[in-house]
Amino acid sequence: MKKKRYFGRGAMFLLCAVFAILFLLPTVLTITNSFMSESEINANYGMIFSTTTGGYVSKTVNLKFIPDKVTLSQYVTGLIKSPEYLLKLWNSIFLVVPIVIFQVAVAAVAAYSFTRWRGKIRSGIFFFYVILMLMPYQVTLVPNYLVSDWLGILNKPWAIILPGIFAPFSVFLLTKFMRRIPYSLIEAAKVDGAGEWQIFTKICLPQCRSALYSIAILVFIDYWNMVEQPLILLQDADSQPLSVFLSNINSGEIGLAFAMATVYMIPSLLLFLHGEEYLVEGIANSGSVKG
Amino acid sequence: MKKRKLNLKERTIDLLKSLCFLSPSLLGVGVFFIVPFGVVVYYSLIDGVGSKNFVFLQNFIKLFDNSAFLMAAKNTLSFSAVAVPLAVVLAMGLALMLECRIPLKSQFRTFFLSPMMVPVASVVLIWQVLFNYNGTINEFLMLFGADKIDWLQSDYCQIVVIILFLWKNLGYNMILFMAGLANIPKELLEVADVEGASETYKFFNIKLRYLSPTVLFVTILSLINSFKVFREVYLLTGDYPYEKLYMLQHFMNNTFRSLDYQKLSAAAVVMALVMVVLIALLFIAEDWFGKDVEG
Repeated sequence: MKKKRYFGRGAMFLLCAVFAILFLLPTVLTITNSFMSESEINANYGMIFSTTTGGYVSKTVNLKFIPDKVTLSQYVTGLIKSPEYLLKLWNSIFLVVPIVIFQVAVAAVAAYSFTRWRGKIRSGIFFFYVILMLMPYQVTLVPNYLVSDWLGILNKPWAIILPGIFAPFSVFLLTKFMRRIPYSLIEAAKVDGAGEWQIFTKICLPQCRSALYSIAILVFIDYWNMVEQPLILLQDADSQPLSVFLSNINSGEIGLAFAMATVYMIPSLLLFLHGEEYLVEGIANSGSVKG
Repeated sequence: MKKRKLNLKERTIDLLKSLCFLSPSLLGVGVFFIVPFGVVVYYSLIDGVGSKNFVFLQNFIKLFDNSAFLMAAKNTLSFSAVAVPLAVVLAMGLALMLECRIPLKSQFRTFFLSPMMVPVASVVLIWQVLFNYNGTINEFLMLFGADKIDWLQSDYCQIVVIILFLWKNLGYNMILFMAGLANIPKELLEVADVEGASETYKFFNIKLRYLSPTVLFVTILSLINSFKVFREVYLLTGDYPYEKLYMLQHFMNNTFRSLDYQKLSAAAVVMALVMVVLIALLFIAEDWFGKDVEG
């Protein structure tokens, strides 16, 4: 009986391991391939992208994990020789950082309102936020475009940043975290004569510090890899973020694409290593539409 | 302690205070989402931005006669019909496996979440290497004497995108299921163990019952995410992919270029209606199952 259980667990471990490796594969490939020289990339993947610059091209495509010769040449090309990529990286930062900061800030105040006061009107608004949050981008795209056009911010970074700041996702998630703060805590502060703003900043916010962090990570990852919004709202190539521009890298420069993708992955990677617990906590709490 | 009933004056003050806190968000949502969506509804009911004649449902009738829209809707639905159940069942399987005290559990969890951080562009590159006609998968198939498959230019293309979708979303869904599993009262499972219940019995009669709200939520979430898979498809295959991969977002994008507001607005309104129905179902189902578990 016991033996059987051990065997079962071993089989599960193996199955999990196989799955896990398959899942990790693209990440690992992106990083290792970024250290290959252009000729090695061409030799292995040249088949797919016909516009190669010559040299030996293998007849088949070889998925290769470990470069024959580790070189930083792709990074030198991308980061030092052509300023284009750094500029796009700066665009990404300039778009995403304000969105994360202000989306969480606006959401914190709104979530406090949803937590502190209940009532038919407010739960109606909250329900509306949930619907809005779940709307696919295809639906919000046209309204987004119209508003940007009227405000004259089309093709300017604001066209991405402003709707991003007011996206209801953070409001929803933060409300769920805040509703766990014991009501007695707020009541006690009120008896002590604290005003609403004081209760909010001195009691509510410190209580949900980890929640704020986990929401910020989720929002960051979501917007860091955005593609659809800039494609429609930011057609001017100079102001597009690197997430979009990466896919425009000439197909003859796959090595460069891998290297820049690796660079682009660093912030998410750091957040992952540093705040995985928060990330998991954030996801786990999004698991129900009710407050 | 029961909350004291408030009088009218206090209630008004509370309402004003709550609106103060809510106003920045409400203002933004109003300007960027509600008002423009109202205009989209209006656009879907008139015959042109210039002439502004009220035509009621004519735009919708035209939309449902449009072969590109029908194809896109059909493809999106048939993709979702396969991808969503797979995403739910596989994620639940992974969560159950990780729950069985196996070693390296937290590392596995990290690995399964790793797709969240890979930039789309490099995902697309790797998928091209894997599924190219001379790519790795075909090489692998040939080892077993099977024929090469032109993955992206044949009916197999949906498989490629389904794998991509699963790779991208299973980790997130798995975390949701793990959270659901953590909510099952331990005593219940212990009692079942003492009573000598089999693993299958425990799964169907205890775990699955408690997981049912999670199953519903993950289903809806995956459905929504299945609409988002366009991002990868677009980068893999461009504006006009193989017919089976022509998704709703392609239709929207291509209509966008021609600035046909009436067609575009009608399509957006139809999608919004479908989503509202789905979300309402989710709420009803959560109420229904929630009662069952709590009672």
